[in-house]
Amino acid sequence: MAVTLTPSAAPVTPARPVRDRHHRGVSRWVVLALVTLGALVMLVPFAFMLLNAFKSPGDYSSGGPLSWPTEFYTKGLRTYWTEVNFPLKFWNSAIIAGSVAVLGVAVSLLNAYALGIGRVRGRLWIVGLFLLANMLPQEALIYPLYYVAKQVGLYNTQLSVIIIFTVIQSAFGTYLLASVMSTFPRSLLEAAALDGAGKWTVLWRVVFPNLRPTLAVLLIFFFIWTWNEFLIPLVMLIDNQTQTIPVALASLQGDRLMDAPTTNAGALISLVPAILFFLIFQRTLARGITAGAEK
Amino acid sequence: MAVSETVAATPPAATPTPPAPSRRRRGRNAAYWLYLLPGAALFLLVIGAPLIGTLYLSLTKWSGIGDPRWVGLDNYQHLLHDDVFWASFRNTVWMLVAMVVVPTVLGLLLAAVLFDVIGRRFKPRTAAALRAAFYLPQVLPVVVAGIVWGWILRPDGAFNSLLDVVGLGALRHDWLGDPGTALPAVMAVMIWVQIGYPVVVFMAALQRVDPELYEAAEVDGANWLHRFRAITLPQIRPETFVVALTCTIAALKVFGPIFALTRGGPDNATNVPSYFAYYTFFKKLQVGYGSAISMVLTLIIVVVAGIFIWMQARSERRDRGF
Repeated sequence: MAVTLTPSAAPVTPARPVRDRHHRGVSRWVVLALVTLGALVMLVPFAFMLLNAFKSPGDYSSGGPLSWPTEFYTKGLRTYWTEVNFPLKFWNSAIIAGSVAVLGVAVSLLNAYALGIGRVRGRLWIVGLFLLANMLPQEALIYPLYYVAKQVGLYNTQLSVIIIFTVIQSAFGTYLLASVMSTFPRSLLEAAALDGAGKWTVLWRVVFPNLRPTLAVLLIFFFIWTWNEFLIPLVMLIDNQTQTIPVALASLQGDRLMDAPTTNAGALISLVPAILFFLIFQRTLARGITAGAEK
Repeated sequence: MAVSETVAATPPAATPTPPAPSRRRRGRNAAYWLYLLPGAALFLLVIGAPLIGTLYLSLTKWSGIGDPRWVGLDNYQHLLHDDVFWASFRNTVWMLVAMVVVPTVLGLLLAAVLFDVIGRRFKPRTAAALRAAFYLPQVLPVVVAGIVWGWILRPDGAFNSLLDVVGLGALRHDWLGDPGTALPAVMAVMIWVQIGYPVVVFMAALQRVDPELYEAAEVDGANWLHRFRAITLPQIRPETFVVALTCTIAALKVFGPIFALTRGGPDNATNVPSYFAYYTFFKKLQVGYGSAISMVLTLIIVVVAGIFIWMQARSERRDRGF
């Protein structure tokens, strides 16, 4: 699972001399053409999005979705930006996803330390329980969470969503880290114990530095997964002040308030942070995975 | 995969050093429980208690206000005769086709072609660029993907305009509004969303396969299809399990795209258990009934995951020759 986000780092297999050249000469081009065609089909919706995000409503109604815009129209983009109060939604999404990423990794680390290195009794069952928790449909939890959040005044606060996703994400993190830590070199731990280091010191001075690349990957996954979550934020966050980007976009769509250019502009803006984040951290991900593989 | 790793890596005698007095050792390990405490408390609060709460509510009739009224198994009995419930599970089977079967098969084929043919007969960079194109939809928040596709498939949307341009204007259609085409349209969107995940995982998996295997097979005169079946498939079976399991769970739980594309309509043609439960909870205010739907879905997910993990363990045992 940790390998899902590394589209760079191409396989560097040196081109070997092709033995049956004339036999493969044509068919390899056919294969390339077919796969390229498939890739283009994948990109068509993004092209539609770009084409219509900068088109005026008048242009759209006269020329339709496929026409080339007669002017570079940015009002749809600006309307969306101000109507939705995009900076606030962006901040909401970022604060929720960022907090969940950090807290989720911290909780996973503590859990996994007890399970993978401490090897407490019944750890297999506990790890299994965490794994199961990560697979549960959120509908099986949502109503009691919603009800209790209302009772204790956490409804419609980002804190409620942060707590819930910290637990859900750390369930997966615990499972992953416990399995990584169970292969941690015992000699390192014993050397530290001989030097008189306590468990807390061993965790921060020995285990944590060694697992940093894996923790970085986990952090990024938690961030992206939480950023894209929908059901729980939809139920828990009901007003403009607290909503995340996907919820805000979906509720606008539900109100049928947006014309086609604004819809596309909105989708385009919502896509940008995810792509930027992805590009920025792509190298961290690749490094983390390699570090894990070398062990 | 990681489950069996945990199993293999936990021999009872973990310390190679001279045996410490056993009571002291147990005492030392017990101190680790402290580290599990915050996680366990949070876990009980956010997952354990709500799950039991939903189980309890599924045995009651409740609108969310006042006190729940105990009705025993009535909700579950009602489910058995509810056409919408059965329709939602029938649609789940189609979601499994669109989100597991097609992406896994197509992903295997694409990854093998990208790695084996395009990565080697052309430049590796070409393969990487093509892979990025297939992966791009995975970066998009699924709800945003749903909203964009919802607009593309509208009667006056881009897809119908495209049909006009290529001279197939006769096929113009309200793709998501017609009960006959809504489900296939949603399935097509889900394939588009999902395909990048197996492609990327399988391509990474192929890098770990020893190239000499392929070279030896080529010398023996095996053609591409032979090599695909005899080498590629068995070598990347662990990844195939992981992809199939994670995609299956995702398909059983699918909510966001349905919410954004069709809200389960028209006429329940694209309803799925997850959306059905949400609608029953928050629109119809039948909390007990919604809880029963959620519990059935939970049970199915647990059983399916259990079967997967059992099959995986068995296939790994067989590989080791037991």
